[in-house]
Amino acid sequence: MNILVFAENQEGNFKKSVFEAISFASQISEGKVMVASIGKVDEAKLAELGKYGANKVYHYQQEYLNQFNGELYSKVIAHAAKSCNADVIVISNTYSGKMVAPRVAAQLNAGIASGVISLPDTQAGFKVRRSVFSGKAFADVAINTSVKVLAITPNSFTINEIDNTCSVEAADAGLNATDAKTKSIEIARASGKIPLTEAELVVSAGRGMKGPENWNLVEELADILGAATACSKPVSDMHWRPHSEHVGQTGITIKPNLYIAIGISGAIQHLAGVSSSKVIVAINKDPEAPFFKAADYGIIGDAFEILPKITEAAKAFKSQQA
Amino acid sequence: MKVLVCISNVPDTTTKVTFTENNTKFNTQGVQFIINPYDELALTKALELTEKSGGTVTAINVGLADAEPSIRKALAIGAHDAVRINAEPVDAFFVAAEIANYAKNENFDLILAGRESIDYNGGLVAGLLAEMLNMPSVNVITAIEVNGDTVSLERDIDGGREKLECKLPLVVSAQKELTEPRIPNMRGIMAARTKPLKVVEANTAQANSQTLSFELPAAKGACKMISVEEAGKLIELLHSEAKVI
Repeated sequence: MNILVFAENQEGNFKKSVFEAISFASQISEGKVMVASIGKVDEAKLAELGKYGANKVYHYQQEYLNQFNGELYSKVIAHAAKSCNADVIVISNTYSGKMVAPRVAAQLNAGIASGVISLPDTQAGFKVRRSVFSGKAFADVAINTSVKVLAITPNSFTINEIDNTCSVEAADAGLNATDAKTKSIEIARASGKIPLTEAELVVSAGRGMKGPENWNLVEELADILGAATACSKPVSDMHWRPHSEHVGQTGITIKPNLYIAIGISGAIQHLAGVSSSKVIVAINKDPEAPFFKAADYGIIGDAFEILPKITEAAKAFKSQQA
Repeated sequence: MKVLVCISNVPDTTTKVTFTENNTKFNTQGVQFIINPYDELALTKALELTEKSGGTVTAINVGLADAEPSIRKALAIGAHDAVRINAEPVDAFFVAAEIANYAKNENFDLILAGRESIDYNGGLVAGLLAEMLNMPSVNVITAIEVNGDTVSLERDIDGGREKLECKLPLVVSAQKELTEPRIPNMRGIMAARTKPLKVVEANTAQANSQTLSFELPAAKGACKMISVEEAGKLIELLHSEAKVI
């Protein structure tokens, strides 16, 4: 099988999700793993992709591609897929990945599955597992077309480093900046903060924190652990915290290695968004809180009494490690 | 401005998900269906835009007759008319192809959908539809303004926000922050009964994927309780036992 992976870069750097996608591809490829890198990236960083299993990198580095653009990028990925006769196109399901994946599929007349959390089963046909009902269930989906697009969920696949090198080849899809009707005006990224969608550790809090003025306790623990902060729906509805921190069925679905829920009861809609987390800690004063049924570790009591103790222990742990 | 909003009929967010027929079908027994919450935001935003600068809002659904209460609700919220393409929505490709087939001769200026449906979570229809109609698309938008034929948008990106500009026509998908959902009033509910809801037979779109079976996640083992006094021990357990820090 020929596999093409779209390696999204952020200001010339590849994120963990790219290495996951290449490792994913490397495990299912009996042929070759090709990578499409779009925009300016240093040659050394491209060559490094070999150690995750890439055999060849197509580097589309035309000036007009330096900024992510859904229309142009999807055309470039489709171009790369055709150039290498890709059977499967693997795209990490980030916000930008979600923008390009369906457009690539439509251009190639390919069947597509998004939110993929398993390697494909090719024993009879081509089957993948995806997460559905916002994490409340899984579905096994068959794709019937000869070319397939898989948008894989970040933080779902391990990164494997192997003894392998790759070649880098300049490529050109022959497009122009004017081929895009959408234009990026400004990009603002919160510096120094770990984006929730990429975080391996998440400290989240709910109404139990009583008010936005108490969030320094949550943020302090998150800072020490190197975790992202999140919140429940009521908290974002009351504007205590930004909407972008709301996890749950109508917010963001996340699957970090550790999810600490402070003062969140664990309504079914909230659990849907976080239940795929590897380890869950629930802290709640109500012993009947549903979160304790979904958690691995629980502490029943007042968050204002418990949090300082955990933060203190985390500080000691970190200084010991340093 | 002629606006189309894609509506999906989904189980209420409080639904306890179970399956029937050997885990091949979602169990609809006792389940309340609603307009997909993100589609509802798309609809509300479409109404806000047309109330400001004029125009009409059409709600479209690919589904069987059982989706009609949700479509009527879209009319009650304020959509001017609605279309139901009479077919089982097999996969996103099928749904997008059916909507594209309807939309291609209707000259919509703006097409909105939710960022994803809360049942199948594909997040694919807007992008597929845009490509099929050869239109630009912007996903997970948190703000949109239309001035003449120029559209200013904001969308979520990983770790931040992007501001974009585009000319109509355009396809967008709604993220949570786009607006607040609108609750239909009595007048809207009364008016919805007589608003046009056209049923169109499905074209010949082919699904290219199919859901074979479902599985519920394995139940969690017992929760290990830690006393308040020993709360600090959590960190040690997360390090040496759970091995996540």
